Amino acid sequence: MSALGVAYIIIVFGLAGFFACRARARLLEQRGQKMHSLPLYYGWWAFFVTSAPALLFLLIWTISSDLYLERRAFSHLAAQNAAAQNAASAVAGVAASGAAPAQSAGFGLEKAVLSDLVKNLPALGGNIADYAQASYASVRKKLLTAKNIALVENGRNYMLPLAVEWLETRRILQKTGGAAAIILAAFAFVGSFYYVRPAFRARNKVERVIISTLFLASLLAIATTIGIVLSMLFQTVHFFESVSPRAFFFGTVWDPRFSTAAGEAGATGRFGLVPLLAGTLYIALVAMIVAVPVGLFAAIYMAEYASPGLRSVIKPLLEILAGIPTIVYGFFALMTIGPFLRDISAALAGGQSFIQAQSVLTAGLVMGIMLIPFVSSLSDDIITAVPRALRDGSYGLGATQSETVKKVVLPAALPGIVAALLLAASRAIGETMIVVLAAGVAANISFNPFAPMTTITVKIVNQLTGDLEFDSPQTLVAFALGMTLFVLTLLMNIFALYIVRKYREHYE
Amino acid sequence: MTAKYAAVKPKRVKMRGENVTVFYGNKQALHGVTLDIAANKVTALIGPSGCGKSTFLRCLNRMNDTIEGARVEGVITLDGEDIYAPDIDVVELRARVGMVFQRPNPFPKSIYDNVAYGPRIHGLTKNRAELDEIVEKSLKSAGLFDEVKDRLHDAGTGLSGGQQQRLCIARAIAVSPEVILMDEPCSALDPIATARIEELIDDLRKNYTIAIVTHSMQQAARVSQYTAMFHLGSLVEMGETKIIFTSPKERRTQDYITGRFG
Repeated sequence: MSALGVAYIIIVFGLAGFFACRARARLLEQRGQKMHSLPLYYGWWAFFVTSAPALLFLLIWTISSDLYLERRAFSHLAAQNAAAQNAASAVAGVAASGAAPAQSAGFGLEKAVLSDLVKNLPALGGNIADYAQASYASVRKKLLTAKNIALVENGRNYMLPLAVEWLETRRILQKTGGAAAIILAAFAFVGSFYYVRPAFRARNKVERVIISTLFLASLLAIATTIGIVLSMLFQTVHFFESVSPRAFFFGTVWDPRFSTAAGEAGATGRFGLVPLLAGTLYIALVAMIVAVPVGLFAAIYMAEYASPGLRSVIKPLLEILAGIPTIVYGFFALMTIGPFLRDISAALAGGQSFIQAQSVLTAGLVMGIMLIPFVSSLSDDIITAVPRALRDGSYGLGATQSETVKKVVLPAALPGIVAALLLAASRAIGETMIVVLAAGVAANISFNPFAPMTTITVKIVNQLTGDLEFDSPQTLVAFALGMTLFVLTLLMNIFALYIVRKYREHYE
Repeated sequence: MTAKYAAVKPKRVKMRGENVTVFYGNKQALHGVTLDIAANKVTALIGPSGCGKSTFLRCLNRMNDTIEGARVEGVITLDGEDIYAPDIDVVELRARVGMVFQRPNPFPKSIYDNVAYGPRIHGLTKNRAELDEIVEKSLKSAGLFDEVKDRLHDAGTGLSGGQQQRLCIARAIAVSPEVILMDEPCSALDPIATARIEELIDDLRKNYTIAIVTHSMQQAARVSQYTAMFHLGSLVEMGETKIIFTSPKERRTQDYITGRFG
């Protein structure tokens, strides 16, 4: 029985515990006992006591037994591999002196082949132990004809006994672990009756369980973030082993020169961050110049002037704009805005267009449009949250509506608005698709907004797509770029939070 | 419903409401109230919650205009001039008829800027020195200057509740209004702060006409010269405070004052 099936059984035990203990608590109450908590709480506590330890045990058992099996099989595989290598070199007449190739270059591949074999062998059905003596080629053929599963060709015969042993042991371990977990749940089910007594504070215990669950959920989110950062960090460190941080952070030329194409030895390419960072910030700046005034004015109109009826129409409409996928904005930039700007500049200059179809301006403009609903919706909420008493105070002194907005409402809402703008800016910095389509992929350094430039995110996509080995600086640079981007947006978000905290107490 | 008018009429009338009726949407909040606010006197508006006294007060400087769906009928005059007439500038009106609210609502600015807010938007001063003078004078009139003179540029929101309310009064005074409306100005304050505000109201009477909404009978008795009793959106009775509190004509006033309902 699979671990999942065992988990179901454990949960059934838990539910049984829930109903049994709730019923028992009710019974005790009817007999006139003064129970500390409502019967429901005794039920929930019984559910938790019955199922949680058994489920936890099952989880740990499954994970650790898998790890154990994998380690054991791989160590056997290493021994077999070394033996086969030795035999091969002996046949070839080369002296097997010197360092034994315990883990040859192909060993990583062999691990993958074995794992694949283990994954697919059970598909054949029947008694798995029968295949221990079969040849790899015959098993492969059988899988291909009977189940249409293709294994790699160059597996070794000695893998089969290892795979069979792996699977057999796994079956035994699963059985033992599953049985132990079910027995644990059964014992806990019986034991949970102990808790149904008047003095037991089931309500408080359930509260603790709920708090722990909530805490675990937040812990999981944080742990995932830390995991992502760490995985990026390791690859980044790896990258800086082949390219110096100085060349990366201060280099002004981006020319990663895919080594296979460059051909010559030592042509590792140049990984200068500066043109990408400049492009990122420039395009984000143009986007903010578009989005901030329009978004903010729209927010002020919605919050202060629009009638409730109008507001209930405008706001959802603006939020639809926020739901458009960025790739669609990219189309819009590529097909409409870009050619439009090019043609209009041609008309202005009399023939020669000075705005290229792909340019900082095009990308910034469209990205700005994308950010408008983001800015306006957040700012609208913030402006609406300014207490009515402040507006009344201002009107009561004879201020007009726009004076009130300018001198009282906006200053009071400013910290929140600044935070909203910084959030919008981090979105602009992280945006990819619009830039790919609207600003091009050329890594230039230029102050001309009519020329193409590119951003960090675009280059990350460029470096990671395609057929490249995963340990060349050409690929690893993507992680360094990602890390830079992450740190950049993180700093902006921290700054936004700092501003909000610092000025928050100013009203209320 | 016709309001019973007290025999004693104020000598000099600053503001007058005639047959004032207010609707919030479909709900009628005020039923034809006719009431005079005497010049350089304190007029207290009393009555149980929801009786329309705050609504009437808010009509006097057209603060009801800012409420969605509010509609005012009848005539309200300031020095004989209809304040709901089409050619009246509501912004100018509110500069002449200032308002202090239930909860202190200082702007999230410095103490100085709070007081200077009104003079600045109305362009009352030509230079910084004049503005400084108005701020100081207003803070002095509100009895706050000595407490804050060393920290005029600290946030107004950092003051205590009573100080904040006096700051709001100073802010209202700074635009030199003729009338000051106070909507339960002490309801969020402790007794000591309340006593200070009441003293202040008595001082301000020399230069301003004051209308105050209050829930506290004692406060009405202490600070006002005239009292108007509201009930269910109508004026029950209006007269000199000492008469209203000692020998009211109306049974409902009697009951309310002695705490039998409210």
